[in-house]
Amino acid sequence: MSGALLECKGLDKRFGGVLALAEVGFNINRGEIYGLIGPNGAGKTTLFNALTGIYAYDSGGFSFAGETLAGLRPDQIAARGIARTFQNIRLFGNLSALDNVMIGRHVRTRAGVFGAILRTRATREEEAAIEKRALELLEYVGIAARANDVARQLPYGDQRRLEIARALATEPKLLALDEPAAGMNATETLELRKLLERVRADGTTILLIEHDMKLVMGLCDRVLVLDYGRSIAEGPPREVQSDPRVIEAYLGGAVAGAAA
Amino acid sequence: MRAGLRQMNILSPARAKWLGVALIALTLIGLPFALSSVGTAWVRIANLAILFTFLALGLNIVVGFAGLLDLGYIAFYAVGAYAYALLASPHFDLHLPFWVILPIGALVACLFGVLLGAPTLKLRGDYLAIVTLGFGEIVRIFLNNLSQPVNITNGPQGISRIDPFSFGSFSFSQNETIVGLAFSGPIKYYYILLALLLLAIVVNLRLQHSRIGRAWEAIREDEVAARAMGIDTTRIKLLAFAMGASFGGIAGGMFAAIQSFISPESFVLVESIMVLSMVVLGGMGNVWGVVLGAVLLSFVPELLRYTVEPLQQSLFGRSIIEPEVIRMLLFGMALVLMMLYRPAGLLPSAVRKRELTKPQGREA
Repeated sequence: MSGALLECKGLDKRFGGVLALAEVGFNINRGEIYGLIGPNGAGKTTLFNALTGIYAYDSGGFSFAGETLAGLRPDQIAARGIARTFQNIRLFGNLSALDNVMIGRHVRTRAGVFGAILRTRATREEEAAIEKRALELLEYVGIAARANDVARQLPYGDQRRLEIARALATEPKLLALDEPAAGMNATETLELRKLLERVRADGTTILLIEHDMKLVMGLCDRVLVLDYGRSIAEGPPREVQSDPRVIEAYLGGAVAGAAA
Repeated sequence: MRAGLRQMNILSPARAKWLGVALIALTLIGLPFALSSVGTAWVRIANLAILFTFLALGLNIVVGFAGLLDLGYIAFYAVGAYAYALLASPHFDLHLPFWVILPIGALVACLFGVLLGAPTLKLRGDYLAIVTLGFGEIVRIFLNNLSQPVNITNGPQGISRIDPFSFGSFSFSQNETIVGLAFSGPIKYYYILLALLLLAIVVNLRLQHSRIGRAWEAIREDEVAARAMGIDTTRIKLLAFAMGASFGGIAGGMFAAIQSFISPESFVLVESIMVLSMVVLGGMGNVWGVVLGAVLLSFVPELLRYTVEPLQQSLFGRSIIEPEVIRMLLFGMALVLMMLYRPAGLLPSAVRKRELTKPQGREA
């Protein structure tokens, strides 16, 4: 088969009378950083929620690593190897940073009730491995010093990093990031870019929603532009950037939208 | 002072800890004899306190760990009690040994836990509380009415002459003298209850600091994020209901054996609320807090019962306010003070404390 890790075909999603996604289709290749851009309300986060099983969709669907994702629950999709972050950060706010990442290991570990009660050797070894891996991941995203801090008290940028560490803990093949640079300053964004390049170099494919065009242009191999739920352009950032339809969606679209 | 002692190497923290544990162990072992010198009634009260601590620990799994508010928890206690009573009493003329029945009771209660959990998986907070409250009442009403057309539960009359725990001819209900010490029935029960309670504490602590315990925490914090991280929330929630219910089932079986008589009246809503109050007073999610809350709420009312009356007699020459009234008054006051000054409980878990001091609510 081709290098496509994720294939999306003819995806429709309606909210009542609103067509939030219409006939959206794209492929993401292994090892790629694939951008998803578009004006506010274009359907980017809806697409994420459909992909990760939070929303059911009306037609079309996803095939991931050769397997259809239709009808799977979010936890099953995470188990297949898709991990995500949220636009409005959704950490386990009152737990420590370390605990957050350790929870991410849930899907790749097995200890059950009886293992926990009897504290068998296998369980103890697994626990130690979970903690070790979680610490490594905190180190990887650069917030190891914050391991024991309460998640919601971390600075904003660190919370975004922690969400990435937690997602990486599930050993994803595809890491889906919903506006990871939102609210970051220029330095933090630069560090984020380095981190994402490293994640890709270490073999994880990335799907990225982002409004920071500098970041998108510098990081993504290809981007898909959504507008009112339809894909209006796809290709390398430079080409897409000069596409008249994209320019209209971002600039002229605002005027048209106001008139409508 | 403490630092000085440590320097002299008399009381290193580790040693101090072991010394404390040894002291507590000795106290717990000696307690029933001290209590029985005051009156055997106090040993019975201690036994009930242990039983309720056990129950509170079970409810702590559901409410404290998984964050699922359950107002019908006493139903599982009832199921366990009736399972024991039906299998070890003249009612059906069955007399199975207790070590067979207690696991059966746990299993049946566990099934009821899943039965309650399955349809309520999508509910949270107040809505879940209402459904569980209804469930508790349904179970009680069933027990009250299952005397016709086939007499299963003997209705409101309850089931009496329930077998005590026994190994062969060694019965837990008889008095006995071992190495010069008089062991009354309640004292013998005390030790077996204490052993089971220790077991329950270990199970609670181990569950809390495990993969499953973390998954419960994750669900309590943010269910959507937990699912996105690959936690099968359906399974994990049912597990919490099932575990909590099993605790209730075992406690119910012990209750039936100790009392030798049970009726639906023992399993009313107030009992559910009492157990929940123990968990909340002590500190949801913190095992030691729950133990403290349960012991306090079991003993203090009894102490009042025995002191308020004589105190009024000596002060006013007659009893002006009934002990029961004062009990509820103090109980209400305690709850109000708690909510004002220690909303997370007397010994709150660190995480719960943070939850309750949240500066502003985040959107769900």
